[in-house]
Amino acid sequence: MIKSEWFYWLIGAIFLVMAVQMLRDSTNPKRYGTAAFWGLLGLGFIYATWVVQKQAPAEPLGVAVLVMAVLGGFGLTGKGERRTTTSEQRDESARKLGSKLFIPALTIPVVAVVCATVLKGQTIGGQVILEKGSETILGLGFGAVAALVVGMLILRERRVATPINEGRSLLEAMGWAMLLPQMLATLGSLFSTAGVGEQVGKITANVLPSGQTYVAVAVYCIGMAVFTFVMGNAFAAFPVMTAAIGWPVLIQGAGGDPHVVLAVGMLAGFCGTLTTPMAANFNIVPATLLELKDQYGPIKAQIPTAIPLLACNIVIMSIFAF
Amino acid sequence: MIVLLGVAVVILGFALKQNPLLVVAVAGIVTGLLGGLSPQQVIAAFGDGFASSRSVTIFVITLPVIGLLERYGLQQQARNLIGKLAGLTTGRFLTLYLFIRQITAALGLTNIGGPAQSVRPLVAPMAEGAAERRYGPLPERVREKIRSYSSSADTVGLFFGEDIFIAIGSILLITGFVNTTYGTHLEPLSLAIWAIPTAICAFVIHGYRMVSLDRWLARELDAAVAKRETVK
Repeated sequence: MIKSEWFYWLIGAIFLVMAVQMLRDSTNPKRYGTAAFWGLLGLGFIYATWVVQKQAPAEPLGVAVLVMAVLGGFGLTGKGERRTTTSEQRDESARKLGSKLFIPALTIPVVAVVCATVLKGQTIGGQVILEKGSETILGLGFGAVAALVVGMLILRERRVATPINEGRSLLEAMGWAMLLPQMLATLGSLFSTAGVGEQVGKITANVLPSGQTYVAVAVYCIGMAVFTFVMGNAFAAFPVMTAAIGWPVLIQGAGGDPHVVLAVGMLAGFCGTLTTPMAANFNIVPATLLELKDQYGPIKAQIPTAIPLLACNIVIMSIFAF
Repeated sequence: MIVLLGVAVVILGFALKQNPLLVVAVAGIVTGLLGGLSPQQVIAAFGDGFASSRSVTIFVITLPVIGLLERYGLQQQARNLIGKLAGLTTGRFLTLYLFIRQITAALGLTNIGGPAQSVRPLVAPMAEGAAERRYGPLPERVREKIRSYSSSADTVGLFFGEDIFIAIGSILLITGFVNTTYGTHLEPLSLAIWAIPTAICAFVIHGYRMVSLDRWLARELDAAVAKRETVK
């Protein structure tokens, strides 16, 4: 069986190789801090396997994460000169290669789809090929590796160091923002252990006047969005808001259809996700990947959609649940 | 009540534009300690959190091949391609991408798009290319806006498509939570169909805003083009 942990080791190994390249890159004024950040990230990816399986203590990894936060947070990481082709060379190469360039890029989704559909649940000698529940993650991994092979063949690129170097430049350009989504996931779990959710739930339940179903619908939906805005994750908001309002008031009290209330409630939370820097993987990482000057560019593009869509959710729930 | 201080740290930190990594680390430590965890438990929580959230970082696996293709002109070729499709304006192209992203996500194919896999190498260059064909070189501010809108089409399409698919995390979270907490039995499929009305609204609203981007571009750039012509 092919396990998702193997795939995390591969990513860890890529980070480590890149860390060695960074250490040797004398064009980077902060090469030691940069190499330390990505090296720790690589080691963390591999060590985490045993943390997840409860076979190793989590504390060393926690220390490593905090060191990475300090390295990134105090500007001790940087980037080297990007050694790549000029824009003229790229134009020339695009003219020569034409649409063949799309083949490797499209290999990623094609392989990912095959893994998620055809290979899913397939067995060889009584064993499933892909670990159950990880088919899409593994599909992305296989897709990327297959695309790299296809790409190197089509482009007649012989040196494996070239794609690693190019990938490293993209990573260096993103910098510490890479770690932010995982840090936020940690913050979310600390919030729930410390009982932040229950507190917010109590406050919202207190502002709720009794007996007015449609007001309760609005409070539930807006509460989901606001709570998600704070936590960065609708999944963290859902159990709390549902326990405070969704289940007792809307479903049991007012007799709402649980399917509509819960499905639309979750989507109301997604409207909050569109607007928060706390959901870094959806909102901040794209800004760095696209090399935007304004880190909040994607959020600004999404807010005018999120607000009317939240209103739509309130209307949909009001009409169909009761 | 006092545990809410951690939330205050986050809001204050982001408002004062402090480095987000530090803000989040400090907020986590404050919340953990106020919530009654020992310092050792707080450190362990950072380790556990990192370990169990690695899946959000897996897009890194695609960066070497994307970087390689960019080196050989993938973004330029994406622009060339859009240049041949005369009717496809920036707004129409992004609406089309939004639609494709929603439909594929609804079929459970959430990983075929994304900021690293599709937006940076293909969608953003094509959206820019469509505007360049019409208005020539784009000012920085316009380029930023087109890229931001490209990213938003990807995210909105994913969010309001994936919930229609029954085996997606959020639907399973709903059934898992209410079935264990309240002892009911909700079927994923009967939940997933109720994601459809919102999905349609999301397409209409965000699609309308994508098409409005064309009007904004026209207002913003027609003047610039006219100015260039007179200088000639």
